[in-house]
Amino acid sequence: MSDFLTSPHLLSVEDLTTDEMNGIFRTADSFLDLSSRTVKKVPSLRGKTLVNLFYEPSTRTRTSFEIAAKRLSADVINITTSQSSVVKGESLLDTVRTIEALGADGVVIRHPSSGVPEWISRRVGCHVINAGDGLREHPTQALLDLYTILKRMGRFEGLQVAIVGDILHSRVARSNIRALTRMGVRVRLVGPPTLIPADRKGWNVDVFYDLKEGIRDCDVVMALRLQLERATASFIPSLKEYARLYGISPQVLRLAKPDVLVLHPGPINRGIEIQDEESFHPHSGILDQVHFGVGVRMAVLYLLMAGQ
Amino acid sequence: MDPLNPPEPLPRPDSTSTGRKILLESDQIERMIRRMAHEILERNQGSRDLYLVGILQGGGALARRLAERIRSIEGKPVSLGTVDITLYRDDLSTRSAPPFLKESLLPESVDNKKIVLVDDVLFTGRSVRCALDLLMDLGRPTHVQLAVLIDRGHRELPIRADFVGKNIPTGRDEVVEVSLDPPRETVALLRRTIGKDHS
Repeated sequence: MSDFLTSPHLLSVEDLTTDEMNGIFRTADSFLDLSSRTVKKVPSLRGKTLVNLFYEPSTRTRTSFEIAAKRLSADVINITTSQSSVVKGESLLDTVRTIEALGADGVVIRHPSSGVPEWISRRVGCHVINAGDGLREHPTQALLDLYTILKRMGRFEGLQVAIVGDILHSRVARSNIRALTRMGVRVRLVGPPTLIPADRKGWNVDVFYDLKEGIRDCDVVMALRLQLERATASFIPSLKEYARLYGISPQVLRLAKPDVLVLHPGPINRGIEIQDEESFHPHSGILDQVHFGVGVRMAVLYLLMAGQ
Repeated sequence: MDPLNPPEPLPRPDSTSTGRKILLESDQIERMIRRMAHEILERNQGSRDLYLVGILQGGGALARRLAERIRSIEGKPVSLGTVDITLYRDDLSTRSAPPFLKESLLPESVDNKKIVLVDDVLFTGRSVRCALDLLMDLGRPTHVQLAVLIDRGHRELPIRADFVGKNIPTGRDEVVEVSLDPPRETVALLRRTIGKDHS
C-alpha cells in the first residue's frame, strides 16, 4: 500500500486528489521511456499477481492492464466470465474470494452494475481497481484521457473540452467530467437531449444540443462511442441522422481552435461518431490514448502495488 | 534535457544531526576527482567509447564532475548520463510506500560502450547490483566499471569498485554524507542510527 495514494484501491476518480493525479502523470512519464527500450520490462512487481476479472467484453482496457502489469514483471491472470465458473452460477463474491485465496495481490474488475468494485473492495484484502462499473466510473480511462490532453496541449488550466455524444450511458464521460473540472478545465456536454442526463447535480458543465455551437472555439473534442449494446439506438431517431448531426467530421472541426485535439475512448463506430478520421489525422489523439494508457496504468499499478 | 544541467537534487539528510564530523573538504575532494579521472583514462586508454553513468541520486553530480575533468584532460567531451534504479530495488515490497521515480537521462545507447558506473558512496553494493541489471536491460555494453568517491565497506554482495576516491572505515549505523554542490563541498560522517534504508 502506498503512502502517496491515500486509498489502497482505485474505484473512482474521486479517490484521487489533484496532487495524486499529477503524481500519477509524472510517474507515467518515466514508464513511457521504458517502451522505447530493448527490454521493455522492469522487476518492480516481481512476485505479485494481478487478476483481470471482466464481466463485460473489453479489448483495449484488459490488454492495456495486462501489458502494464507484465512490463512491471507481475504475473497476470485473465478471467473472462463467459469461460469461467460464473456460467455455472457462482456468485460474484465467491468468485472474488476464490481469486483472493489463490493469492492475488490485485484485482482489476469490470462489471455491468454500478458500484460492484467498491462493494468488492470492502470484502477482500487485495487491491481493487475499477476498470468500468455500469454507468458510474472508468477512472483509468479518465486518467489516460487527461494525460493525453496534458501531453498534447501542455496544460489543463483554461482549456475548453467538449464531450460529444452518448453521455447518458457513458461511465467514461462521468469519470472525465469529474476529473477534468477538478483540473480547471471547462467542460461542455454536446449531444441530443435524449442522451444528456437530466440530473446533472454537482456537474459544473455547459450543455449544447447543437454540435456546431458546442464545438466552437474548443481545445479538445472527446467523441464518445454510441453504446449500441445498451440500446442507445432507441434514444435517437436513426444512426444516419445521429451521424449527420453529431458525427465529428473535418468540416465541423474547423469551428474549433486551429490546434484542436480529437479523442475517442474506442472502440470507434466508424462513420457514426467519427467520420473520415484520416483527413484530420494530425488532430487525432486516439492512438496516443492507447499508447499513453499503458504508461498511466503502469503508474497506477506501481503506486498502488509496489510497496507493502 | 541537458545531462550537464539536471534538475535540482532532493534535499540531503539533515546536516544538523548529532555527531557530524567533516572528513574531507573541497580541495581534497577536487584532488581525488582529478586523480580518478586520470585513472579512468589510463585504464581505458583514453576516452574513446567511454560512457560515464551516474547512479541517482548521489552519483549524478560526481559523474558530471568526472566528465568535466576528463573533457579538460582529453580536450573532447565524454558521454554522460544518469540512471534511476528505483524500479530495480530489491526492497520495494518491504517498504510501506513505493518511492517516486527520478528521471533517467541516457542520451546515447549503451551498446558497445565502456560504461563507468559512478556513485558517491559504495556501501552494501545493492545499488550497484540494481544499476548492473538496469544496464543489461538497456543493451550490451562491452565493459562495465565502477567509480565511487567513498568506499565505506559493509558489502552484502560480491561487488568492488575499480576506481575509489577514498576508503573510509565506518560503523554500520553511521551515515556518510557527500555534498558536491558548491560552495559547500564536503564529505561528512554522521553518527546516528538510521532505519533499514540501504543505499
